Amino acid sequence: MLANQFLLLGAVLFCIGVYGVLARRNGVAVLMSIELILNSVNINFLAFNAMWARNGSPAHISGAVFALFVITVAAAEVGVGLALVLMLYRTRKSIDVDKIDALKG
Amino acid sequence: MLAVDTPQYLPENIFFGIIAFIMVVSALRVVTTRNVVHAALWLILVLAGVAGNFILLGNEFVAVTQVLVYIGAIVVLFLFGVMLTRAPIGADAHLDNDQRPLALVVALPLLALMGYVLWDAWKDTKITEAGPPIVASTSVLSDSIFKTYLIPFEAASVLLLAALIGAIVLARRD
Repeated sequence: MLANQFLLLGAVLFCIGVYGVLARRNGVAVLMSIELILNSVNINFLAFNAMWARNGSPAHISGAVFALFVITVAAAEVGVGLALVLMLYRTRKSIDVDKIDALKG
Repeated sequence: MLAVDTPQYLPENIFFGIIAFIMVVSALRVVTTRNVVHAALWLILVLAGVAGNFILLGNEFVAVTQVLVYIGAIVVLFLFGVMLTRAPIGADAHLDNDQRPLALVVALPLLALMGYVLWDAWKDTKITEAGPPIVASTSVLSDSIFKTYLIPFEAASVLLLAALIGAIVLARRD
């Protein structure tokens, strides 16, 4: 297997996620696009980990460990993010992220 | 590009092609569908494809974690979020804002740049040369987490606790 096939798949997923973050107005949909971005990063971590393990140091597995950390942080991020969206909905009756511009200069 | 690969990995490459195609189509549906519930369901396909990729890369523990945490917990959390914010269950024309052309202008050049850089840097570097496929053993992974990365592991635990308390404080009614 080539390294590039996984890395390019990660790049495609990342760019789709970036598009989603910019083009969505629903807060929950923005969080879903962020999940796409985090998953593309995880594919890269595992691809480099496999490449490194193959080229002589099978005891090193840092890429997989960091992928697990990314999964942990993603779970925390979704928990807090959805709580924020929920509070937003409760106070403003809308989860349109374009309408949250109280800090806009 | 795949033609230069070792013939030994032909089945893996075929499965990778199928999974990658499904993932890209599903990811596009996640960001373009007009129904936010459908977006969450398409997201499941993308996450399952990522788990499949982890298995292709020989790391079954991370793949199982991906299924448990992402498909089992995070997607359910998303569906609860959709339900609690009373997003319309049917199609919703206002799911996208008017920045779609701008978002394309950002995303497509970014894809072109990343694709060029990756191709230029790695060309046809193989993950697996000849020999048996790589399989990372879970015992090595756990040794690494609980020895080398013990402090980051504890920090992640504290982060999860903080996120838990923060989510409760934010979502409380009073």
